Amino acid sequence: MTDLTASDALPKPKRDLAPVLLPLFLALLMLPLVGSFSSWVTLTVASLAMGMMIFIMASGLTLVFGLMDVLNFGHGAFIAVGAYVATLVLLPLAGMSQADSLLTNLAVLAPAALAAMAVSGALGLVVERLLILPVYGQHLKQILMTTGGLIVAEQALYALWGPQIIPVPLPTALRGSFIIGDIAIAKYRLLVMLVGIAVFVAIQLVLNRTKIGLLIRAGVENREMVEALGYHIKRLFLGVFMVGSALAGFGGIMWALYREQVHASMGNDLTVLVFIVVIIGGLGSIGGCFIGALLVAMVANYGGFLVPKLALVSNILLMVAILMWRPRGLYAVTSR
Amino acid sequence: MTDLLTLSGVHTNIGRYHILQGVDFTVAEGQTTMLLGRNGAGKTTTLRTIMALWPASQGQITLAGRRIEAMATPEIARLGVGYVPETMAVFSDLTVKENLILAARDGDLDGKRLDWIFGFFPPLRKFWLSRAGSLSGGQKQMLSIARAIIEPRKLLLIDEPTKGLAPAIIGSLIECFAEIKRSGATILLVEQNFHAAQQIGDSVLVMDNGRIVHRGAMAELAADIPLQERLLGLSLEAHQ
Repeated sequence: MTDLTASDALPKPKRDLAPVLLPLFLALLMLPLVGSFSSWVTLTVASLAMGMMIFIMASGLTLVFGLMDVLNFGHGAFIAVGAYVATLVLLPLAGMSQADSLLTNLAVLAPAALAAMAVSGALGLVVERLLILPVYGQHLKQILMTTGGLIVAEQALYALWGPQIIPVPLPTALRGSFIIGDIAIAKYRLLVMLVGIAVFVAIQLVLNRTKIGLLIRAGVENREMVEALGYHIKRLFLGVFMVGSALAGFGGIMWALYREQVHASMGNDLTVLVFIVVIIGGLGSIGGCFIGALLVAMVANYGGFLVPKLALVSNILLMVAILMWRPRGLYAVTSR
Repeated sequence: MTDLLTLSGVHTNIGRYHILQGVDFTVAEGQTTMLLGRNGAGKTTTLRTIMALWPASQGQITLAGRRIEAMATPEIARLGVGYVPETMAVFSDLTVKENLILAARDGDLDGKRLDWIFGFFPPLRKFWLSRAGSLSGGQKQMLSIARAIIEPRKLLLIDEPTKGLAPAIIGSLIECFAEIKRSGATILLVEQNFHAAQQIGDSVLVMDNGRIVHRGAMAELAADIPLQERLLGLSLEAHQ
């Protein structure tokens, strides 16, 4: 066979770096406005950590949206369920979580995260089969069904766990900060950043280096042609939906530890934020979702610090600004 | 000669429009059958109905003795049907190589077959690692056809492959179809370019208003100018 390793590739289209540079530009722009360098570092790290958590929660939704054009307004339910399931592991094993040893702490966190992902993923299977399968291609019904599902899930959490906020203390080894000069970087935020980057890299590797990933990318672009090549796109979608739900559950436990509490309406509260990220990023784009999550978190943190009253509408304003610049999101993948 | 594909009384409705109104025809194994007709006659709908991309509301479709009208698109594809849509539908975000990897469903790319394809589509070798979205229209069409033949298929459904392409590219596509035919494949090809159709086809079907209004040998239609004008409103001679 002909050697195909050294192809005369067409001139590569110019890399669209403007969205990638946007968070960097925003961070640098904020430095003189914030004034204090240490406050700026704290806000920036907080933004990055928050952005990573939102990215983990939103990444599944953007693929579901892009791949099957399904509007899942119930995505927040997986976040809340993941967080509550994690408390079933974290609270009974509070002794281990509060031990002064990183390894012992991680020995509790790991099964809690796995349980959260397993239950959220399984719930994703049930939701896709019961609520979404009958309403493919019908946006209005999708919104009604999934919003109804979110309400049912929230009320079920109230019924099972009660209306009170449940405290979820951070494991001992993850409390406190690393101090560098007069800069304090919270340990948990650092961990969250590392985990977020690892999840992003893992998703990119799957999408770009595996056949399943190729199918997902192709399906986002033209699902009919994927079927004409002999692949059952609905089975693929079910898999993506379950993984997306599991990631939302994983994001839920990270968010619960970040806020050190869980409550039944947390999924509902985060749904709007997650949708803003998906729309800003461009439907179906993991890279866009990553940058969108960072931007949303930065605007929330810097905005909250500089103009607290603006924090209530800052994300909506960000979405409006981005869509005026790029009407199909930062990195448009689908034509929808 | 055995019939590979048979459509009997096939009707297709799209929304409130009744597009196919009782389509009957057969496609003989190893032959290239041209499906001709004016715009809106139902040619593309016929191919999409065979692929179950639009469901048949009535009638039977049989492939190699198996009823397929109730099957899902992926199952029909896995019976050995390759489909090249009118829009080409290459995955523009994927490279040429990745497009073909997806099309080779059950394993790795076969080097010999790839070399055979590169023989009539050299640009695909040249731009192997380029994104499909950056290819020209003709190269995208080559990729779309290569995707359909990257593995041996029983039947190829090809929808207007020469549409909007330069004459030089059309020439290479005609050579490609001749080569595919020599490999033993059966082809059902929708075409508006009568000159190209004449060179490619063994037999011909002409559609009008969702029905087959003529069937016969391509050579006979090519030689009968009044018939061409009556069926198609244009003669091959005039088209040349």
